[in-house]
Amino acid sequence: MLQVYGIELRSRLFLGTSRYPSPAVLSEAVKASRAQVVTVSLRRESSGERAGQGFWSIIRELGVRVLPNTAGCHSVKEAVTTAQMAREVFGTSWIKLEVIGEDDTLQPDVFGLVEAARILAADGFEVFPYTTEDLVVADKLLAAGCRVLMPWGAPIGSGRGLNNLFGLKALRAHFPEVPLVIDAGIGVPSHAAQAMELGFDAVLINTAVAQAADPVRMAAAFAQAVEAGCDARLAGPMEPRDLAAPSTPVIGTAFLK
Amino acid sequence: MKILVNGAWRDTSAVDLAAALHEMGYGEAVVATALNGEFVPAGLRPAARLAEGDRIEVLAPMQGG
Repeated sequence: MLQVYGIELRSRLFLGTSRYPSPAVLSEAVKASRAQVVTVSLRRESSGERAGQGFWSIIRELGVRVLPNTAGCHSVKEAVTTAQMAREVFGTSWIKLEVIGEDDTLQPDVFGLVEAARILAADGFEVFPYTTEDLVVADKLLAAGCRVLMPWGAPIGSGRGLNNLFGLKALRAHFPEVPLVIDAGIGVPSHAAQAMELGFDAVLINTAVAQAADPVRMAAAFAQAVEAGCDARLAGPMEPRDLAAPSTPVIGTAFLK
Repeated sequence: MKILVNGAWRDTSAVDLAAALHEMGYGEAVVATALNGEFVPAGLRPAARLAEGDRIEVLAPMQGG
């Protein structure tokens, strides 16, 4: 079982709640994914519409753990204040910390990220930092008090899968004991399976499910892929080789020339 | 006095943040508040005095990735 901040999770699939065609589809997709953790956010609420209240009641009915994010924050101050507000509203110390540094790629500002992580961890938050595969940044995030890391696979919403396999493998090898969750960029279930086969502990998916033609079916497909990849990792994949090796025994082959 | 609530100016006669939320009709809604960029916990809203031109953010749960 996956353990993050002392919480044991059967499912290694975290699901985002954004960009679904309807609240009903979101709800069914969460169930089909078997996810135990969903990401949520905070936005301005008008007293008239109260859109947030309806959304929150849907999530509460699902009985899943929430991981609030600081999406859209570009500075340490914004991210820290948003985290404080999220802790009160959602009643959890978990925070998916995003400090965005570049708008086209939504690449994290890793300098701000480390600073915000240090402030939040010191304030009792359990920080899930959205980061790159950079080893030095990872080390600094751990020193800042993070006990989980969320490296990107590719830019958020791009669906490009694991862009830097070498870097991600190096990150996994450097921090064998740290829960690593691939966050962002996964487009299809095979990307998720690949992440799990490489030894990552979990994946976080949003757009790939929400924007599928059939999000509920895609959520189920991701659940299967994550389980398959995890099992494959535990089963110990064979080493690839350059030349063919006959799978059928050669000894005893009939002489029929 | 005029205050800026979620980016829109409005007139208020409320003297503190709790009263302003009540006046605007948030009632029992699950929201978090910030005053001039600083988080104000729910319990401290009655003590958060308002002044002309104050910026208030009222945030609620929303979809997120």
